[in-house]
This record gives sequence, C-alpha cells and structure tokens, in this order.
Amino acid sequence: MSSHELKTGPLEYRTEEGRLTILGFWIFLGAEIVLFATLFATYAVLFGRTADAPSPGELFEAKTLMIMTFMLLTSSFTCGIAIHEMRRGSVKGLRNWMIVTLLLGLGFLGFEIYEFIHYAHEGATLQSSAYWSSFFTLAGTHGLHVTLGIGWVTLLLIQLTQRGLTPKTSRKFFVIGLYWHFLDVVWIFIFTSVYLIGMVV
Amino acid sequence: MTDHKKRIPTQHIIGFFLSITLTLVAAWAALQSDLSVRWIIIGIMALAIIQAGIQLFMFMHVVEPESQGGHIPWNMMFHGGVLATILVAGSLFTMSFGFSHDHDGDGHNQQEQQEEHSEMEDSTEHSGH
Repeated sequence: MSSHELKTGPLEYRTEEGRLTILGFWIFLGAEIVLFATLFATYAVLFGRTADAPSPGELFEAKTLMIMTFMLLTSSFTCGIAIHEMRRGSVKGLRNWMIVTLLLGLGFLGFEIYEFIHYAHEGATLQSSAYWSSFFTLAGTHGLHVTLGIGWVTLLLIQLTQRGLTPKTSRKFFVIGLYWHFLDVVWIFIFTSVYLIGMVV
Repeated sequence: MTDHKKRIPTQHIIGFFLSITLTLVAAWAALQSDLSVRWIIIGIMALAIIQAGIQLFMFMHVVEPESQGGHIPWNMMFHGGVLATILVAGSLFTMSFGFSHDHDGDGHNQQEQQEEHSEMEDSTEHSGH
C-alpha cells in the first residue's frame, strides 16, 4: 500500500498500512466501548431483579474475584512489557512475555468458568431471572473476548516463529496489545460496578 | 521515541503498581470500610475511572507521537466514554428512577410519592443508582 517505508520509529508505524490498521483498531475499540456500555446499561436497569434466584451478595466470593482481577491486571502488565521488548527488537522477550500473558489469560478464563459452574449449581443461570441473564451476558461477553484474545495470541506466536519481527508482525502484536489492555479496562468496570457493588448493596 | 532503547520499562512498572494499589483500595472500601453505600459506590467508581486512565495512558500509549500525538485514539476513547455514560445514565434515568418495580401504584402520575415509597420499601434497588 505504501511506496515509502520509514527508516526510524517503531516497526509497526513505519508503513502507511501499519499506521492505518492501528488507527482502524482504535475506531473498533471505540465501538467496543459502546457495545459493553449497552450491556452495562442493561445490567444496571435489571439490578436487583433476581426473582426466586439467589442474590449476587450471596454468591459472589471476594477471594475468587481478587484472584481473577490480579491475574488479568498482571496479564495486562506483561502484555505491555512484551510490546516494550518488541520495540527494543527482542523477539525472545516478546515471545516469552506474550506466553506469560497467554497463561495468565487462560488462568483467568479457568476461574471464570469455575465461577459460572458454581453459580449454576447454586441456582443462578441465564434462565433463572432477569438479573442473572444480564449478569451472564455482561460477564460472558467479556469472557468470550478473552477467549478470542487467547486464540489470537496463539496464532500470532506461531506466525512470529515462522516470519520473525517484520513491520507486519509487529503491527499485529501492537494491535493485540491494545485489545488485551482494553479487555482489562472493561474488567475494571465489571469488577467495580458488578462485583463490588453487588457485594455491598 | 527515546524510550525504545530503555531496558527497564519504568512507566509500565509504575502503572502496574498503581493499578494493583487502586484495586486493593477499592476492594477494601467496598468490603471492609464503614463508609455508607452511597459513598462506597461514588468512591469505587472514581477509582475505576482513574484505573482505566492508567491503562489507556501508561499501557496503551494513547498519546504517542507516532499516532499523530494520539489525536484519533484519544478522540475515540473520549467519545466512547461519553456515549457509555449517556447509555448507562440514560437507561437508568428512563427505566428506573422514580418508579418502583412492584406495580402496585399509579405509576407515572405519582413519581415523587413512588420514589419515597420505594426508597423505604426496597432501598436495595435504588441505592445502586
């Protein structure tokens, strides 16, 4: 797409294609904010309407919540380090930190699945009440994004071993980095407005 | 960018410790402190917004020179945030405020009365707003 390639600056910004892709991804993230906002709005409106199902205060566990939150926070940090290593030109650093990110993401997902199964056993499922429908839709959509991210990182790591660090692969890693940090931003709001408020009220 | 060659990513480490601290403060405020529910909610929502800012500016490089000083990323995030606020606050305003959920009153004619009524009857439903 671009006839001239810059010789300085981070690899992912050197071609016009790279710059435009990153720009486009920011627009996508803007749309993702709105997607999650609709789910948060639904949740807020349906808050408290648990019908005959248990209330969130009875089911939410502070311990599991803190483990999940720290896992995702740390994975966001390691992902940032991975991109930092990439900009230093270190393929090994990028790969290793991305694998750490991947494992933390998998750990988070494991806890979330365990959590959902536990809730279902206690009688809180997608069908049991308006409140729990909105809860599972919101948390589930976030979990689905994490799952997608894990698959995406895995594929990119394979590509990295095959092609090495090029303007194309580094642009792809930069974009997945943005995606991963964004998932953490969404989780901060789920952590606060769903879990903490659910346990307080 | 000068920090590409830096070995230690100072900004990321500071951001990480800040977000861990903010998370712990929020959890403490919600679960251990004696604050009233209203202040807990205001406080932890403020902490969440600060933490989102840390992610955006310290981890996601919203404003780095390579992305034209972050003009478009910043705009996307800012307007996304504005829309999110309108969506959530607007939904609560139209769907919840001034109405109780038990369908035993005359509804919209007696909003104020309903509000008082519902505050007494089911304070749990309204304190979340």
